[in-house]
Amino acid sequence: MRVVWQVIVKEFLQIRRDLRMIPVIFVAPVVQITIFGFAVNTDVTNVPTVLVDQDRSAASRDFVSRFVDSGYFEVVASEEQVEAAERWLAAGRAQLGLVLAPGLGAALGAGRTAAVQVIADGTDAASASIALGYASAVAQGYGMEVQARRLRAARGGAFSPGIGQVGLEPRVFYNPDLRSRWYYVPAVLAMVLLVMTLLLSAMGVVREKEIGTMEQLIVTPIRPWQLLVGKLAPFAIIGIIQVFLVTGVTMFGFGVPLRGSFFVLLGLSGLFILSTLGLGLLVSTLVQNQQQAMMGAALALMMPMILLSGLIFPIENMPPVMQVITYAIPLRYYAEIIRGVFLRGSGLAVLWPQAVALLGMGLAILTVAALRFRKRLD
Amino acid sequence: MRRLGAVAVKELRQIRRDPFSLLMLVAFPAFMLVIYGFALNFDVRHVKLAVQDRDHSPASRELVASFTHSTYFDLVATPGPGTDLDALVERRVARAVLVIPERFGRDVAAGRVGVVQLLLDGADSTTAATVLGYARALVSEANAELVAGAFARAGRRPAPPLDLAPRVLYNPELESTQFLLPGLIGLLLMLTAVLSTALSVVREKERGTMEQLRVAPLRTFELVLGKTFPYLGVSLLGTLIVLVTARLLFGVEIRGPHLDLLVVVLLYLFGALGYGLLISTIANSQTFAFQVGLITSLLPALLLSGFVFQIRVMPPWLQAITYLVPNRYFLVALRGIILKGEGLATYWPQVGALLLYGLVVTALASVRLARGEA
Repeated sequence: MRVVWQVIVKEFLQIRRDLRMIPVIFVAPVVQITIFGFAVNTDVTNVPTVLVDQDRSAASRDFVSRFVDSGYFEVVASEEQVEAAERWLAAGRAQLGLVLAPGLGAALGAGRTAAVQVIADGTDAASASIALGYASAVAQGYGMEVQARRLRAARGGAFSPGIGQVGLEPRVFYNPDLRSRWYYVPAVLAMVLLVMTLLLSAMGVVREKEIGTMEQLIVTPIRPWQLLVGKLAPFAIIGIIQVFLVTGVTMFGFGVPLRGSFFVLLGLSGLFILSTLGLGLLVSTLVQNQQQAMMGAALALMMPMILLSGLIFPIENMPPVMQVITYAIPLRYYAEIIRGVFLRGSGLAVLWPQAVALLGMGLAILTVAALRFRKRLD
Repeated sequence: MRRLGAVAVKELRQIRRDPFSLLMLVAFPAFMLVIYGFALNFDVRHVKLAVQDRDHSPASRELVASFTHSTYFDLVATPGPGTDLDALVERRVARAVLVIPERFGRDVAAGRVGVVQLLLDGADSTTAATVLGYARALVSEANAELVAGAFARAGRRPAPPLDLAPRVLYNPELESTQFLLPGLIGLLLMLTAVLSTALSVVREKERGTMEQLRVAPLRTFELVLGKTFPYLGVSLLGTLIVLVTARLLFGVEIRGPHLDLLVVVLLYLFGALGYGLLISTIANSQTFAFQVGLITSLLPALLLSGFVFQIRVMPPWLQAITYLVPNRYFLVALRGIILKGEGLATYWPQVGALLLYGLVVTALASVRLARGEA
């Protein structure tokens, strides 16, 4: 045990000697979480809209004001011709064009169907389809009103009995205001842990190989497992500190509630760190130098893991084959744990399958990595 | 010029000697594109829905049918009375639960509003908002039918008052791949250009070979250009592979002039390579250079460029920061040329910004290099 301790102390000395690494280790998570918290917003509002009102009637103005009052659209310009509106879309200065052709007011007054055209810049598919959804909701609401007016007129002003309607009363759990921030900010914890522990452990081992000090360590009377534990423990400790740091910023900086137990979060984070350290070690046994370690760890491993874990892109939207692949990614389980503990307030009673998966994968990866590591030492 | 060539040849040899890194630089972008194209989208379909119908009237059955027959919802459970509905959501058996109370059918028949409840897992706010949008659309369709029915009973069949005709330009099928592709090119170029340049210089510092290069009869600009040109070539190769992959696998065509595309990519690479050099003048270790590169170039390229998340909904101070992110300009021009078929002329502000960015970072890096701080 004393030997392990000495390796840990040596490792910390090395981290401290590279003074510039300290801000990176502790400032980077805060920067990441701040950018994430503020930049990641998938709410579609104030869609820049070009207006082409060729009708210029009371009815067309009424419809336009309905559009603007919905809060989803912001009229950034008015044009006479459709072609001119399309120029705005081409230059990327507007996303939607609302075209009210001549005769709209007349058609509405005469009880005919009035055509309204919406031109959308479809390059941003996701927000374009949401904006089109809003547009059709506004049009539908307006249409219903006109229809109801006509019906009233047909009945000679009497409005009894009324028309039966369905009312939808949504009750949103866990995130009642549907703030995207609540969803994305806790995810930073997973990314920070992944990047720090995996990258640092991969680099830490490869660096000694590159500099040639690994051989010195090998000739010292340290058993391979002591060396391993000693080298990995500091990164685990840094990881655990990050859990405190990031959870604190998430809760107090961004007001995201931690509804579950912090100790469950901490414990399960420890399980997750097992697998990231294992992966880092595995990478270090596969590569020759630091650059390869970074490329391998960051690009080949971390980016696909982040993208396929459900942290940003929902797993349910992926094709079935990809969904199966996600079960092999430890981050997937940790993402579920983070959202479970933070937002749903879940405890081990709900999250035990994820915990078991993380533990199993962590031990398996660590074992494989340790076996490869020992072979290289011999 | 000859000395510049010598540095470039030396760098190329070094790149060639490390086939793994070269493979990562060239093939990784295409690999990411495949993951993106096949796996990632925000199109929400087949939402797991549980329905508790306590009414069992024709009206309630019709409403349930309109939900389950849409492609948006898949019926996964019909919990009986007394079931703990909250647990269904917490254990993520269902993402949404539609609850229809006993009086629903009677209320609607009597001309009142029959209220139904939708319990929704809001943890994933984006998906939840989309699901809520679907539910509202289905309900308003049901209401439109009820209105039409009332008209029919009054003996009239009026024309619908409004007909909304959407026309989607550039990406009529609204596929997210089309949108993500240019952003992906920007992201990957940032990664390869910034990181590989930064690392290649810092590695020489770490190994002490930088001093050899310093005492060699080389001018600063020869050293700078010689070190960056090979990575320019590698990055261009990566771009080409991404474009070909996108064309073959996802049918994304370049609609604008190819030459304009090349100009924009080169301008962007000019800035990215310059920024990589700038990092290398600050960093002393590869680990540090990598972390700084990741945080100051990759993260902004991912989050602050309009790649996935829209800039105009960010708070003003953050919007101000995005003006410093070259990807912001690059993406507008790239999307315009690839998807909209426009030329450079439409995007002169973006082109100007990229040029300015490139000049500033390269100047900064050269000054620091000349002062011998690298």
